[in-house]
Amino acid sequence: MIVKIEEKLFQNRYRVDAGRPHISIVKPEVCQFECQTRQCSVCCPAGCYTLEGNGKMSLITDGCLECGTCRVVCDEYRNLDWEYPRGGYGILFKFG
Amino acid sequence: MSEKFDVIVVGAGPAGNAAAYTLAKAGLSVLQLERGEYAGSKNVQGAILYADALEKLIPNFRDDAPLERHIIEQRMWVLDDDSFVGTHYRSDGFNREPFNRYTIIRAQFDKWFSDKVRAAGAVVICETTVTGLLLDSGKRVVGVQVDREGGSIYADMVILADGVNSLLAKKAGFHPELEPRNVALAVKEIHFIPQEVLQERFNIGEEEGVVIELFGKITQGMMGTGFLYTNRESIAVGVGCMLSDFKEQQTTPYALLEQMKNHPSIKPLLAGGEMKEYTAHLIPEGGYKTIPKLCGDGWMIVGDSGMFVNAVHREGSNLAMTTGRLAAETVIDLLKQGQPLTAANLAAYRRKLDGSFVIKDMKKYQEMPEIFHSNRQFFTTYPELLNRSAHTLLHVDGVDKKTKEREIFSSFREQRSLFGLLGDAYKLWRAFR
Repeated sequence: MIVKIEEKLFQNRYRVDAGRPHISIVKPEVCQFECQTRQCSVCCPAGCYTLEGNGKMSLITDGCLECGTCRVVCDEYRNLDWEYPRGGYGILFKFG
Repeated sequence: MSEKFDVIVVGAGPAGNAAAYTLAKAGLSVLQLERGEYAGSKNVQGAILYADALEKLIPNFRDDAPLERHIIEQRMWVLDDDSFVGTHYRSDGFNREPFNRYTIIRAQFDKWFSDKVRAAGAVVICETTVTGLLLDSGKRVVGVQVDREGGSIYADMVILADGVNSLLAKKAGFHPELEPRNVALAVKEIHFIPQEVLQERFNIGEEEGVVIELFGKITQGMMGTGFLYTNRESIAVGVGCMLSDFKEQQTTPYALLEQMKNHPSIKPLLAGGEMKEYTAHLIPEGGYKTIPKLCGDGWMIVGDSGMFVNAVHREGSNLAMTTGRLAAETVIDLLKQGQPLTAANLAAYRRKLDGSFVIKDMKKYQEMPEIFHSNRQFFTTYPELLNRSAHTLLHVDGVDKKTKEREIFSSFREQRSLFGLLGDAYKLWRAFR
């Protein structure tokens, strides 16, 4: 079953802090060469992590639901710098 | 902001609101900081509100709180791939006031609660992220750092109600990073359908609600559950499993939810609905053994940040409100007695918790996470056996009932040896005793 996450996220309300992503990959080479499992790309419920053809991990935080999954699941390398967005930015739940 | 407060509360969920409300009502100067646009805009829950914990704070909350429906029926379904065996408990007793449980929409409910906190006299500032705690040379928490200019704010006490991720407690070294096996990842959608259709579909009247708890093949072998709650004119449908299982099994959470929504027993309940929001949230389900250190010089932890969730009974927000209230009462008592807010004195908070249902319930189920982690048959084999037994028994095909019974018994024996069956019964007893 192919599920398009973009269609789900489209229903949500966001105030994106353009140019200031609140999560960043500390050492991209660790994702590319060392990490075998790349759990973030499987477990992130907003599909923020995509494995590129060249083996690089791409992270786009615009659709982030701020749950913390990627940070917790990256327990082998602790390769994420994870902060909450600045006050007022990020996901704005209408219902929660 | 150079002002100093008696207490700073970080976060405006149920725990933070309960704490701030209690403190402000007692006349203390309280600053509550919330990173969302308004209280509730960052918060996610199923959501069921248990009246008792809120009643202890705001006895007449029913007068104006945004409540969706009171629950009159609880269904528990054990699902196989295309069937379910279930129990329903419905009672008109649940229609007698005061009602015990309600469905709520958190963005609306938390906003209402926050208005009560403001009315009680607390200063509530939204759109402000707390980025760190301020500690003095003696490692005493003396305030917080926020992401606004000149953002140091001081207080005698900081209450951390910053939710499951609790970055602040981690940065300060109060507790370590969460482990994937101690948190569940839940994803949820809200589907709007006309009120009359919803009521007819669930056989309920105006204001009456139904809860369906889902268990079995829908979690694809992972330790977890699904749920479906009726709101006034919408349905909340979601599924949550341990993050360690998502990780190990390489399952994508939204694909799991999509599959569950397409189960032949669930799909008709959602038919014609319009999905208006998709959410995700971590739930601290590690239980009693994962409760961190709860207080120290100048700080306390309440709610999800303290791992206060009873996963067996799907309770969390009531534990959050209760821990928030008890933390606040501890501070009020100490200040009244002129005692300093030191780790030793704040230990009274832990004693209050020990005497409450919060710790008693969490202690009761302390073995549960471990037992379910290492015994997947409860999520796969048994739901399957149960459903197939029902099918064998109810499918009339000329085979006599005694033979059918034997067939069912041997299917259990094939899947799980006699020792396995007895062992599982013992494990269940141990998990729930």
